[in-house]
Order: sequence, then structure tokens, then C-alpha cells
Amino acid sequence: MNKIVCILITSIALMATGQQVFAQKIMTRTGHIWFSSHTPIEDIEAHNHQAMSVLNTQSGDVAFAVLIKGFQFEKALMQEHFNEKYMESDTYPKSTFAGSITNLSDISLDKDGEYTAQAKGTLTIHGVGKEVETTGMLTVTEGKVMLKANFPVELADYEINIPSVVRDNIAKTINISIDLSYE
Amino acid sequence: MKNLITLLLSLMWVGSLNAQEDLLQELEGLEEPQTNYAYATFKSIRIVNGHSIEMPAANELQVVISHRFGRINEGASELFGLDQANIRLGLEYGLTDWLEVGVGRSNVRKTYDGFLKLRLLRQSEGERNFPVTVSYVSGIMVNTLPWRDETRDNLFSSRLSFNHQVLIARKFSESFSLQVTPTLIHRNLVETIEEPNDVLALGVGFRQKLNSSLSINVEYFHLLTEYTADNFEPSLSIGLDIETGGHVFQLFFSNAQAMTENLFVAETTGSWGQGDIHFGFNVNRVFNLKKNR
Repeated sequence: MNKIVCILITSIALMATGQQVFAQKIMTRTGHIWFSSHTPIEDIEAHNHQAMSVLNTQSGDVAFAVLIKGFQFEKALMQEHFNEKYMESDTYPKSTFAGSITNLSDISLDKDGEYTAQAKGTLTIHGVGKEVETTGMLTVTEGKVMLKANFPVELADYEINIPSVVRDNIAKTINISIDLSYE
Repeated sequence: MKNLITLLLSLMWVGSLNAQEDLLQELEGLEEPQTNYAYATFKSIRIVNGHSIEMPAANELQVVISHRFGRINEGASELFGLDQANIRLGLEYGLTDWLEVGVGRSNVRKTYDGFLKLRLLRQSEGERNFPVTVSYVSGIMVNTLPWRDETRDNLFSSRLSFNHQVLIARKFSESFSLQVTPTLIHRNLVETIEEPNDVLALGVGFRQKLNSSLSINVEYFHLLTEYTADNFEPSLSIGLDIETGGHVFQLFFSNAQAMTENLFVAETTGSWGQGDIHFGFNVNRVFNLKKNR
């Protein structure tokens, strides 16, 4: 009997102090991912507020997935061409990243603070997967983990072809930004 | 017991190997069911002469400049019809994503036209499934030529013709789309007493993409009203759509030279068999009057 009470108390205490002991994975499906293209002729920006991500706080494994059709442009026609001609989003509906944080030992997610995280993994866009390395900023406030990152993507690397008539309007290198807070 | 531990250990090993892939799979589980609406069923708001189910997005203005040259069989002295041209200038504006208003002016019978296009149903798959997109077009055309006989009691209503069309389209694949267009044309005044005021026709059009920027379009209006079918030709048009960013260029051959439904559906006289073929083009430019978001 004493034993059972002991276990109960311990588990309740564990639950209260460190949620992460039980839930190693934190996730979100309302992440904000956006990209921008800058050329002297035209600046283009598109936003997606339904990016999904899961982070394993013990192993440092991290994954992202975003539906291409969820990107909202200022101009409806651009959005249509983006889906139909460039990203072929009927064929490749999603972009994903699967990798891990390589410097997890420098980061204590149970302590408030700002940490630079290095991530390494496979970024898949337009059906083409590439090994990438990038850095992001992990912020922990009152146990809540937030992630911000920013990295360039070469369209040619992912076999995204821009027709010559709009080549001056769309940058060869697109800047991708991520801003999300895990639950 | 020993076996169980081995099994567990091997499971854990496999597990860690695929941990990142597993995370991706886990994300898939988080996904909410989506409804994907068909988009870009056609490149342009016209298949060739007639309306397609495409329409300007909300607050989007499309300027349409259309030319129809003379008959190719007029020969070299007329530069195969290029010496003569009919023109229509049109504006189409998206009031919402499902309702547009359009106006135009064509030199053929000095016709002013106006229309509404209303999207009723959308082709979709996923959480909501529906096989076709359905729109309704209602148009009015005003002939503003001087009265032929000034001495008669001429009424303004005699200048009017009306067009009602139900557009039913399906994007079968990334590159092939088909539209069926039941059409009713009503003329308040017709030339002769035998000629019916109402003309029924069934339009069929399709597009086949050649690559991401080019498509072949074909449009045919089959005449169902007997008198009209006996005395006029069904309009048949074959063309190429070239899409370049904010423009769509449509180049085509057609036996119809007019650009309003009352004329190209119900009063086409040119015959493909006799070479009464017109070269024509539509230039379509998109302007965004207000930024979305």
C-alpha cells in the first residue's frame, strides 16, 4: 500500500515539475512560415500560418511539414501560378524538413533563455530532397519553446523552373523564414 | 523473457534509426482534413469566344482586347483577312471570388454588352468532394446601329439581346479540362418572321496543356434550334493559349467573326468547309486594384 502511494506521489510530482519527462515531444500546427523574393522589379511575399512541426526535446530530432497550397499571396494570380506552374502542388503537395538539432547539449529547454540551435537534416521542396544545415534561435519563456529561423533556398537546387518571361520578376534565391511556438 | 528483451531492444534500435522519419509521419497524423478546390481549369476567362468558368479574383480587373480578322479565303489581296478587323474592348472585374461583372464594346453592330458571372459550385476533392465547377452567366447585348427604317415605330427594347449560359466544367487532370455550356440566346427583334427569337445551343470546349505556359483550346457551339441550325453555321474555334505572368494571349482560328454571344452562337455564317476562317486573338491583362489580406 505504502509503495503505491509512493509511486503516485512521485509521478504527480514529476508531472508537476517537468512536463517534458513525460511528453518528450512538443509540437505545433499553427507555425508561421513565409518566404520572400526580392528583385529590382518586384518584391513577392507569401505566408502560411498552418505549418506543422514536432520537436523531440530529448533526442533533438525535429520535423516540419507545410502544405504548399496554404501559402497566401497578395495577388491571386501569383498564387495560382505558384501552385500550378512552379511548385506543381498537385503533384508535390507538401514541403518537409526532417533532421535534428546537433548542439542539443548546449541547450536546456527546461530553462528560460535564448539559444542558438544548429540543425541538420533533409529539406524536401518540390519533391527534391537535399541535405541542409542551418541555424535557428530557440527561445524558452516560462517553459514555452519558440523557434525562429531564416535561411536561403536556391530555386535551381529544387528543380523549380522559372520561365524566361518572368525570370526578372522572381529571385533565384528565395529567403525562407520560420516563426513558431511549440505547445 | 530473454526473447522479449531482444525484441524490445531491436525495436528501439529500429525506432531510433527512423526517428526523424517517424516524426514526419507523426506530423501527417496532425494534419486536419483538407478540401482542395480545382484551380486553373482554364488559363483564361474565355475558352475562345465563349466564357470559361475562370473568373477574376476579388478586386481583380481584367482588360480584354479582342480582334477578329477577315476571312482567310479572301486571299492575298486582303492579306488573308488581315486587312480587315473586328474589335471588342472588354473589362471584367471580380466583385468577390464568386461573382464578376463585365462590360464590353464591339464594333460589330456597334454592340455594348454587359454580363454577370456567378460561380455556384466548385470542383473539389478531399474532405468535400464535388466533380464539377458550375457557373451561371447572364448577359445583355445592345445593338446601337442607327435604325434601319426611321419611319417605323422603333423601340429601344428592339435593340436588346440576351444570353443565358450554364457553364459546367471539370478539370480531369493537370493538363486536360472540359466544359459543357448549355446556352440560350434571346433576341427581342429578329430579321424575319420565320426566325425564332430564342436559340438554344450546346457549347463544348476543352483545353489540353502542352506545357506549363501553353495550351490548345477548342470550342464548339452545336445549334439545337432547327431554323438556326438550318440557316447558320455552328461556331467552331481552335486556338492556342500562351500565358506569361500577368498576360494571357489567345491566338486562334474560328468561323465566327463576332465576339458577343447573340452573334457568334446564333448568327455565324462562315463555314470551315469553304475556308471562311478568321484568324483572331484575345489579349488578357490582369490588374490588381486592391491588395488581398
